[in-house]
Amino acid sequence: MASTPTTGRPRGSRRRLDRRGWIFVAPFLVVFALTFLAPIGYAVQLSLFQEQAFFGGTTFVGVDNYVELFADSRFWSGFLRVMVFLAVQVPIMLALALVAALAIDSARLHAAGFFRIVIFLPYAVPAVVATLMWGYMYGTNFGLAADLNDLFGTAIRPLSLNWALASIGNIVTWEFVGYNMIIFYSALRVVSNELYEAAAIDGAGAFRTIVSIKLPALRGAIVIATIFSIIGSFQLFNEPNILRGLIPTVLTTDYTPNMYAFYLSFGGQQYNYAATVAIVMGVITAVIAYVVQLRGARKGM
Amino acid sequence: MHRMPGKSRVLTAVASLYLVYTLLPLVWLLINATKSQAALFATPGLWFGGPFSLFANIGETFTYDNGIFLRWLGNTLLYVVLGAGGATLLATAAGYGLAKYRFSGRRAVFAVILGAIAIPGTALAVPTFLMFSAMGLTNTPWAVIIPSLVSPFGLYLIWVYATDAVPDELVESARIDGAGEIRIFFSVALRLLVPGIVTVALFAVVSTWNNYFLPLVMINDPGWYPLTVGLNQWSGQGRGAGAEPIYHLVITGSLLTIIPLIAAFLLLQRFWQSGLSAGSVKQ
Repeated sequence: MASTPTTGRPRGSRRRLDRRGWIFVAPFLVVFALTFLAPIGYAVQLSLFQEQAFFGGTTFVGVDNYVELFADSRFWSGFLRVMVFLAVQVPIMLALALVAALAIDSARLHAAGFFRIVIFLPYAVPAVVATLMWGYMYGTNFGLAADLNDLFGTAIRPLSLNWALASIGNIVTWEFVGYNMIIFYSALRVVSNELYEAAAIDGAGAFRTIVSIKLPALRGAIVIATIFSIIGSFQLFNEPNILRGLIPTVLTTDYTPNMYAFYLSFGGQQYNYAATVAIVMGVITAVIAYVVQLRGARKGM
Repeated sequence: MHRMPGKSRVLTAVASLYLVYTLLPLVWLLINATKSQAALFATPGLWFGGPFSLFANIGETFTYDNGIFLRWLGNTLLYVVLGAGGATLLATAAGYGLAKYRFSGRRAVFAVILGAIAIPGTALAVPTFLMFSAMGLTNTPWAVIIPSLVSPFGLYLIWVYATDAVPDELVESARIDGAGEIRIFFSVALRLLVPGIVTVALFAVVSTWNNYFLPLVMINDPGWYPLTVGLNQWSGQGRGAGAEPIYHLVITGSLLTIIPLIAAFLLLQRFWQSGLSAGSVKQ
């Protein structure tokens, strides 16, 4: 992913001094242990137990919860849905972000600074507000969808079951193109001018420059953005759950795996099974993120 | 700037189409915040209509249900100041410590933090709720603040930034002058780290201000809701039996919720953009 930043040269006599670095790192690590490591450990423990139906309390059941989950069609249908989302929404979003970053960096855009800041702005909008705005606009009461259908004679209903996933994809795209654009743009800023000058001397046009200088320079940033987007897709919760508030009969409580875990906990008090869902999703996410990182690293020079 | 073949009108026109898409919901929000509830349903969505009610809507947003919106705003500020402020402080100190001291175990810390960047808050929310519930912390502000205190991304950014921004020679000469390690951090290093700190703080503020899942899970009592969870509850009032729709207040409240963050990003542009660029030098 990235190279370790280095410090000054090591000197044997400094060992005791360097140990004082822990003063600065320790507070972070304490809170980190409490909010990252402990919940993971606790979730693993929970997933190995089951609630007793009549007697109360819990009993140790080993991997029973995991066996049940692997045969649970409600989990897998949600999983399939986020896989479809991942396969369609992420490439569209990252391609838009990449084109926007290249356009802004090309120095051929009028008012490039204005474009950069406006395209980034949706990142500052909370998912709740973004989803409510789009959700209201999708609606037929005072939304735009009805107006547009009248205008074009179409019958698109963004809040119907068939369109819901695309509607959610549009909200997520709107929110995160700017964020990814900034990641790409920051990486382009550090390409040295000498490379561009050399390309110009060799007579490379704008397209050649993009293909042989800019895209290779962006490889690391693209891998990072892809990993973050994969994680975001697998953990999809905010947008569908808030949209569900507008159309509770259309979106089910197992629409995504994360929603399934949430409603198992807070609707059904099935904490042990919910912890199992969270762990399985975490492991799948980590494995895929790791594979993407390895492939991204291997494609390098 | 590199070699410039001149500005392109075609490129600018195409990019403007995307700009329209980006601004569409925000313009819609601004226009509809000026409408009364009745006009919201009766007039076209993308143009003004009915009596101009923006100020009446703002007034009603702040007074509805005994001023609960103001309470939510206060809660959000509390979570942001303690959560994002604490996250920035912890990440800055730890990033500096990792960049400027070569203690053993540093590599292990680096590996754990990088792994943690890949774990999203949503994956941890349910297990954290169960743990906090056992500790009696749920339904208190601490349940929202404590998980907000950790920003692995912020630590990484400060680490990269501090490596170059704080010269080893400067730290060394402060030591020769007899300054202690903590004093060096506060009086020498902090000043040099400002662009990095502003960047980390801004992103921590955004993620705390915009947080929805964590408070949704942790807080039951509407008196402790932040703005995000409160607005969604207001929106839900429009449905079901005994519905009391207040869509005009949801829209005005949404507008009031996003204004501070958009203003912060616009005003602090110079800082966070240079901070991010510095971060990507090492990628």
